[in-house]
Order: sequence, then C-alpha cells, then structure tokens
Amino acid sequence: MTDPVLQLSSVAVEYRRRGRRVRAVDGVDLSVARGEIVGLVGESGCGKSTLARAAVGLEPLAAGSVTFEGRPVTPLGRRRRPEYLRGLQMIVQDPYESLNPRRKVGEIVADGVRFAGGSRAEGVRRAAELLERVGLPASAADSYPHEFSGGQRQRIAIARTLVARPSCLIADEPISALDASAQAQIANLLGELAADADLGLVLVSHDLSVIRQVADRVAVMYLGRIVEIGDTGTVWDSPRHPYTEALVAAIPRADGAGVLPADLPGDVPDPASPPPGCRFHPRCPLARDSCRELDQQLAPVGGREIACHVRSESGSAASARPPVGG
Amino acid sequence: MTEPLLKVSELTVTLPTRSGYHKAVDGLSFAVDTGEVIGIAGESGSGKTITALALFGLLPRGARVTGSIRLDGAELLGLTSKQLRAIRGRQIAMVSQDPAAALHPILPIGTQLTEHMRHHLGVSKAEARSRAAGLLETVRIPDPEQALRSYPGQFSGGMRQRIAIAVALAAEPRLLVADEPTTALDVTVQAGMLRLLDRLRQERGMAVIVITHDLGVMSAIARRLCVMYAGRLAEAGPTAQLLASPRHPYTRGLLDALPHPERKNAPLVSIGGSPPSLGRIPDGCPFHPRCRYARASCATDRPEPEPLADGRLLTCPPDPLRAVS
Repeated sequence: MTDPVLQLSSVAVEYRRRGRRVRAVDGVDLSVARGEIVGLVGESGCGKSTLARAAVGLEPLAAGSVTFEGRPVTPLGRRRRPEYLRGLQMIVQDPYESLNPRRKVGEIVADGVRFAGGSRAEGVRRAAELLERVGLPASAADSYPHEFSGGQRQRIAIARTLVARPSCLIADEPISALDASAQAQIANLLGELAADADLGLVLVSHDLSVIRQVADRVAVMYLGRIVEIGDTGTVWDSPRHPYTEALVAAIPRADGAGVLPADLPGDVPDPASPPPGCRFHPRCPLARDSCRELDQQLAPVGGREIACHVRSESGSAASARPPVGG
Repeated sequence: MTEPLLKVSELTVTLPTRSGYHKAVDGLSFAVDTGEVIGIAGESGSGKTITALALFGLLPRGARVTGSIRLDGAELLGLTSKQLRAIRGRQIAMVSQDPAAALHPILPIGTQLTEHMRHHLGVSKAEARSRAAGLLETVRIPDPEQALRSYPGQFSGGMRQRIAIAVALAAEPRLLVADEPTTALDVTVQAGMLRLLDRLRQERGMAVIVITHDLGVMSAIARRLCVMYAGRLAEAGPTAQLLASPRHPYTRGLLDALPHPERKNAPLVSIGGSPPSLGRIPDGCPFHPRCRYARASCATDRPEPEPLADGRLLTCPPDPLRAVS
C-alpha cells in the first residue's frame, strides 16, 4: 500500500465559547490515499466540517497532527502558505458565495495559474481547458458567476481548485445547496476526478445516499469522534455501531412503499459538555451502565472499525458467521 | 362525491420580470382531502413554491392569478387582505424551509405561539399558555414550560423547525403547507419530522401539502404525488405507482438521479441540462430539450394532462415509457 496523501493523527480542534473550551473534534485518525474517496458523515454539530477545515489548515489544532504528502499542514496565518500545500485544496458548500461576483469566470479560474507563477496567456489557456474538463463550455470564461446555475457555479469552483493540480481535495458539503439533478452531476464529476486525476478526496456530507454512491470508504462522526469507519458497502449494508444503524434507518427510501423512516429520539448533546463514557449512550438503545464509564476506542469488528464495546464484544462472538454480501 | 378540502383548478400565476410577464405556474389543478398528505415535487424553478404562496395570497406585488382555489367550496382568489387574514393561520398554515425566517428572533417562543391562538381562537391568556405548552410537547420539545420563556436562538436547528411547526399548528389549521420542511435537516431529525406530520394527520385529520424535491420523503409520507416541471403538471397520481413505474420521462429522470444502493459504484444518472428559467420556457412540452425520448411533435404541440386507466394524470402524449412500465 502506498503512503496516504493526507494523514490525520489524533486531531483535536477546540473553540472558545464564553470562556469555555469546546472540543469540536476530539482525537480523530483518518488517512486518505490517492484516488480514494473518503466520505465523512454525521449530524450537524458532529464536527465534520471543523475536521475538514482543520485538514486543510483553516483551523489550528489543539492536539494531533495533519500531514499532506508527508509534510505538516500548518495553520493558515499571516505568512504565505507553503508552496508544497498547493496540492491540497478545498471546495465549500455555497457556490453563490465562494466566487467573486464582479470578476469573469475565466479570470477567477486563471488566478490560480498566475499565483503559481504562470503567464496571463497560460492562465487563459488553462482556464478554458479546465472549464471544459468540468463540463462547461470554454466560452463560460467570458461570463460572470451570476449567469450560471448553482450546479454550474459549483463546477466553476471545482475548476478553480483544479488549476493547482491538486493531489487531495476536501469538499465540504459540495452538493447540499444544489438541485436533485445537479447534485447527481456534481457527485459524478467529483467521482470522475478522483479516478482520472488520481486525487484523494474527502467528501463531507449529511446526505448519506450520495456518500453511499461515490465514496470508497465512509467515516461516521458523532460529537467530535469517529464512531464507525470502513468500506462504504460494508458499513452501509450492515452498520454495526448503533448510531450508524440509526442514521441508515432514518433515510427515507424512494420505493413508494409508504414506510415512515425510523426515528432517533433526542438531540446531539452540547459539545461543551459531552456525556461521559460513550458519547452516544444517552440516545443509544443498547446502552448499559458500562457505557457511561468506558471511553470507547475504535476496534475492528466484521471488516470495519467501530467505537462500541457492547457491539465489539457481541461482534467478535458473531464473527464466525459468513460476511454479509455487498 | 364530497367536495375536497382544497381544490385548485387551472391555477395560472403570471409574474412580472424585467423582460415582461411570464407564467410561473401554468394551468395547474389538484385537490387535497381532509386527513390526506399530498406531495408536490420538482426542481427549483418548477413553480412549487409559487403555487404555495398563491394559496396564501402572498404572491409578489404585480403577480396576476387566474383559475380557482377553493377551500371547503369557498373561493380564495379575489378575497380582500382582511378576509385572507382570517383564513391564514386559522384554516391554512405554512411551514417554510428556513425555521430562522419563520420565528421572530427576539420574541420568546411563548409569545409567538400564543398570539395566533388569542387572535384566531379568542382564548384567554392562561388557556393559550397551557395550549402552547401542550403543542411544544406534541412536537417533542423537552421542558415546554421553560421553552415558552426561551428565545429561538437557544434551540438547535431541528428544534427550531419543530417549534416553527408548533407555531403553524397553533390555531389548529385544517391544511398545513410544508415547503421543503426537512431539506435543511439531518436525516434523523427529518425522520422525526415526517413521523410528527403523519401523526398530526391521523390524530387531527389535518391535510398536508408537502413540497420537496426529495422523492424519499415523498415515498414515506405522501399518498399522492404531483410532479411539476416549468410551472406545469408533468405527472400526478398515487405515490407508489409513480415511483414504481413512472410514465413521464421527467419523473423517470428524477428517480434515476437518486443513488440506488443496489447499483453500487454505478454513476448517478442525471438529467442533462438544467430547468428553464422564467421567460425562457420552451414551446411545446417544456421538458423536450432535456428529454431523451423527445420527437419532433414535442417541440411544437403543447401537451395537456390526460387521465390514464390506472388513475394517474400524464402530460406526455407520446408516452414512451408505457411499454417499459
């Protein structure tokens, strides 16, 4: 196995809120290989966006480290971002806000070339090429962002990141703000890019069905921690962490069967005062006394890792049965 | 046959734009019975939200409306704003996509819940207060008494959306219009929301119109489904039928764009192009430029909804999916 392009080790991110420290991300390990799509899912407030921002250096770390191609990802500061981090790029959720409305699309995309020391002519040429790569006509370069639909704007934002010839992309909810058909188009485009350009891609989304379709591996986060991580098909078809089970069961299926999705009572607790022991135990149908005390560690069960000692114990006993297909 | 609770006939809404007047909703008809959930699906720009606003008489200034909207047999179009105020909130209420916009940020929840009740139902302050606490319990807000004294900013997004629903329910409306009620929510909160709407339908006989592009949500809760495209009805009928065997190529396209767990790693099939903007709606069938089954007549002949033998309405005379389904 080759070295991961992006490696997060014991990453923790803290915010200050009214003088109190809030750990939004608490000890996350994650690695991304080239050509691999890792999905990051969880409810709002679980820290997935904070983790994504920390991965590109937009949030200072309270603990742990992030390395990109073996070199440290330093938090963005007043100094110029190190040259070697140019290959690590981010796409944000809102294609309406991430593009300067007063500049032409071609200029927006060509900027990256000029920042990297290329000529203006080189920028124009690359911009046309990349706009076509993301499925827009080269003539789009002469228009302004408002002339495009949400899906097209997200394509422009993607083209802009591709200028840097990235080897790793972090996409934070890149399709949540788009229409159904545009969602499918952008999800496909990201999938193609990962395969063709041999990109490592971290795809943050609260839409699990899209993650299911494009991600190779999926990491499920709850209250700042990864609770289950593994091959997407394995996790989706037979989730083992009770939280993942609840998430998958809550997705309404468009099969016309008229079945109401299963409910997960309660809300995500305040990250400023997380519950002791397993952070999911107040909402967990399997919770026992020991869950209040034992801090859960990720452990391999049934071909993936989960942070649940109840399931880990019963899982190792049940691991004699044949693996579930999928 | 009894009159449906809401009957919309040949509704056409024309909106003023810089380039003149354009039809945002074009000849739309549908009906909702008491205790029924129907869904209106379509991409942005399909006229879903304009249809909802028309029900409330809340269209932008300068909009022209023709057709008929009858609530319990009484025509809503042409009512004065005073008459409409007696109906809005009391008879029909709305939950919008953005709970932040629906709740006043610096009024306590209690005030926002009780003012409707006092206005529409004429109940005493104490009575309104206890009803409000009951409503918050219905939408599963913990510690209702405390919540009544709290402000919207003190709740999470999911809780705010549930509070917005409580506000909409305060005057016990007979029809709730929910415009993308769960789009901004996590799946777990969404599941709770859908169960709540279904419970209210059963317990109170409340009718619900759910507007969303999420066909999974439709499948879970709506008994009947109207699929709109460019302001017009594409296909309508029982949800189970439409999702199992869509007959309009647009419905088919929407379904194909959904991830299918069984087709692992297959790319998502998207409908090429994007919906037309107001004022650029093509002649003939508005979907024909994006339709892979389009034939020459589709570009010229304006199709009308035709009833099929299985009870649905289809606005696609060539009916290319008939053999497939």
